[in-house]
Order: sequence, then C-alpha cells, then structure tokens
Amino acid sequence: MSKEKNNSIQSFAQKKFLLKQLIRRDFKSRYKRTALGVLWSMFSPLCFFAAQAIVFTKLLGRGEHYTAYLIIGNIIFHYFSDATTNEMFALQANGGIISKIKVDKKIFLFSRAVSCLIHFLLTAVVMFAVVAFDHVTFHWNFLLLIFPLSCMFFMNMGIGYILSALFVFFKDTQYLYSIFTRILVYFSAIFYYTDRFPENLQKLFYCNPVYCYIDYFRSIIIENTVPSLFVHILCAVFPIIFMLIGNLVYKLNDSKFAYYF
Amino acid sequence: MVVDVRNVAVKYKAGDFRNIGLKEFLTQKITGKYNARDFWAVNDVSFQLEKGDFLGIIGTNGAGKTTLLKAISGVIKPASGIVETYGQISALLALGTGFDEDMTVRENIYLRGAFLGYTEKFMNEKYTEIIEFSELQEFEHYMLRQLSSGMKSRMAFSIASLIQPDILILDEVLAVGDGAFRQKSEAKMMEIIRNGTTTLLVSHSISQVRKLCNKVLWLDHGRQMNFGSTKTVCDAYEEFLNQKRRD
Repeated sequence: MSKEKNNSIQSFAQKKFLLKQLIRRDFKSRYKRTALGVLWSMFSPLCFFAAQAIVFTKLLGRGEHYTAYLIIGNIIFHYFSDATTNEMFALQANGGIISKIKVDKKIFLFSRAVSCLIHFLLTAVVMFAVVAFDHVTFHWNFLLLIFPLSCMFFMNMGIGYILSALFVFFKDTQYLYSIFTRILVYFSAIFYYTDRFPENLQKLFYCNPVYCYIDYFRSIIIENTVPSLFVHILCAVFPIIFMLIGNLVYKLNDSKFAYYF
Repeated sequence: MVVDVRNVAVKYKAGDFRNIGLKEFLTQKITGKYNARDFWAVNDVSFQLEKGDFLGIIGTNGAGKTTLLKAISGVIKPASGIVETYGQISALLALGTGFDEDMTVRENIYLRGAFLGYTEKFMNEKYTEIIEFSELQEFEHYMLRQLSSGMKSRMAFSIASLIQPDILILDEVLAVGDGAFRQKSEAKMMEIIRNGTTTLLVSHSISQVRKLCNKVLWLDHGRQMNFGSTKTVCDAYEEFLNQKRRD
C-alpha cells in the first residue's frame, strides 16, 4: 500500500517535469528564442484587425466602441484558431517519441494547449491596450472573463483531440481545417453586428461556440453587462461535448496511432 | 516472475496508407484500390522470464522481433493476450532518433530524461554525468542538427543507461559509437546486466546470443517456433537456416 502511494507521488513529479519541458519547447519553437518573435507571432491577428478597422469602420461601425468590438472579435477568434491548429499537430510532431517510448499521448496535447493559452494572454495585453485606447473603462466585472476563457481552453483541447487524431490518419486535415476556420470567421460576427439579422436568425449565431465566447467578452468589456444564464450554460456545454468526443476518439484509436509513425 | 507474456498477438497494418489524405482515402475506397491490410506481426507468443534472465530473440527479418519488444515495453498494445511486467523497464530502441533538431544538446537531454520518466531533481543531479559520459562537454549549447549521428546515439545511450532498470530491452544494441566509446558503452551495459536486471535482446548474431543469453525465443513470421535453453533453440535455428540455404 505504502509503495503504491510512493509511486503515484513520483509519477506526479515525473509528469510535472515532462509537462514543463514540453511547454518550454513549444514556446521556444514558436518564438524562435527572440523577443521580436513574440511580436511576430501577434502579427497576423493585428493585421486583420487593422485592415478591418480601416475598411469597415465607416461601412459597418456605429461610432460607439467599434474599435474595441473589432479587436475583441479578432483576438478571441485568433485564440480559437491558433490553439486548435497548434493542437492538431501535437501527435504527428511527436511521432518519433510515441513510437519508441511509452508515454501518455494526451500530455502532448495538454502542453500545446497551455503554451497557446500563455500566447493568448500575451496577445490579450495588446487587446486591452486597444480597448483602453477606445475609451472603454475597466471595471471589476472583467474578472468574470476567466469563465469563458477556461471554457475555451477546454473546448479547444477537445477539438484538438479530434483534429490531432484525424491529422495522423489523413494528412489533408490541415488543409480542410484551414478552409473551415477561414469560413467560420464570417459566421462569428467579428466585424459586423448581428442585430441587422431578423431575431430568429440572430439566435442561430449561438450554435457557433466561438461566437458565444466573443459575445461574452464583448458584453463584459464593452457593455459592462453580465450575459444571461443561457449564455453561461452554452459556454460550459461546448467544452463538455468536445472533451467527451475527443476522449472517445483517443480511447478508440489509441492503439492505431502507432501504425502511422 | 519478472516478465510474463501469454498468447500475445499484435496486429499491424501494411500498405501505402501513411501519407494519404481524406481525398485519396475516399477515392481509393470507392475505386477499391485502398490496399492497407491488417496482418499478424506477432501471433500467439508465450514465455516467462525470471529475475536475472537474459533472453535472446532470434529470427529472420520480418519475424516480429522488434514488434514484440514494443509490445513488452508498452509502446503498442497487443490485440489479444497478456503482457505483464514487474518493475521499471528501460528500452533502448533505435537510440539516436526522436530528438528535436532545433533544440540544444542540453535541452534535448532534459526532454529525453523527462520522457524516460526521470524527475527534475534526478536530472539536475545527473546532468554533468551524462554530458561527461557522452563526451559532449563542448557541444552543450549546440543545436542538435549540428551534431553527427554518432554523437546523438552517444548522447541517447548516456541518458538511457543512467538507471538500473529491472527490465532492460535492447534492440540490436549492446554498444554504440566508435572505438573507445564502443568499449565504454559495452562495459556500462554489461555492468547493468550483471547487477541483476532481466534483459531482452534482439540479435542477428547467433554467436553473440550463445555467449550472452540463458534463454532464447525464436520467431518466424510472427509465430513462436521455439522457446527454451540457449543451446537447444540456437541449434534448431541454425539447422533451420542451413536447411533454407540448401533449398
């Protein structure tokens, strides 16, 4: 009995060490070891934001915090697409190790999820800077944003499970998924307001989890309103669904992955 | 008992299925050209090892030797049968691979240590020993892609041979590197073996197996041809090879 206890403590220390090493590696490879690399990796969402600000402010904006509206949409969407895309490669990139050493495959996904979250927190600094520039006042309700953020973290990870398994089996998953995310942009109300649609169509936007999270962030930051209970439930349901499917996919295919490396 | 393998069968996939996309998969399925098929890489293998046993696994290419080692080390799951192992396993399978070329030697040593289940404290204590044993002191901060493959296997060996495992799994490697390092690594390996580890060695050299092993498992096309004492099985295997040559 006491021996078993010892083992589990040791295995926690081992896992923690492995996780730390993996996160460090993901970070170094992303930022290429330079401070400029950190800025460089924020380049894409900020460019989209800038382009939209130039083109759409006159066309779709309403004068009232449209800049903040845009930056929140772009940064949250970028977190979603960046994390899921990164997690898609988690298994394939570690194939060399998976085929040689017995290791819990989920740890590769978790380490990428954590390093993408840290990356998001860095870009969020830029997001809040733009929000402040747009004369939005900061308030204590901002702390509530931890809720949609943690929901997103787990939802991304659930989707990451599914994508990383698919990518091992089918190498064009990458291509198909990038088309999917580019289309999803248009359904996430990133640069337009949904109230231009009839009321029953507006509700349909909530089928898109990314829209739910963007909506949550906007209502807290821009309108200082806590979203309805319905939105809270939705935010929590998506990660549960995707984590359940993702875990099932891993469970069913765990022994098949080794054939592909 | 340290290793207990009972009626183990491992399914493997063969064919050109690894680098296809969904598009090719669907077109191949529709036209009936999809040629991935399952086959039994290991089929109904059973044997037991006691503490201190040294097992040699012999057989021609494609006999399923490496697949069996992978099933024992837990990298792949057998389709049926039971593998039970007691104690810490250390597997030296294809040593110099699986490293990250864009990381430094030092970072790779830490990462590999973490993969092998070492703790941070242990790695901090042993890092100097590893770098000295592998004779890579000057290359500590080099990117891995700047190293030769010999250097990489020296590094891999030095990390993997740090601990005294209960079960040691060797795939054709007793020693790595060249000249002096070869001698040094072989001595280290023999020290681990002599300290009472249970060893499984895949080898194509019958004379090496005769010299080192006390038990031998002979596989052919995934099937267990024979398992028993070194002399009996090696004699039978050599007879089989001679027969094959004559045909």
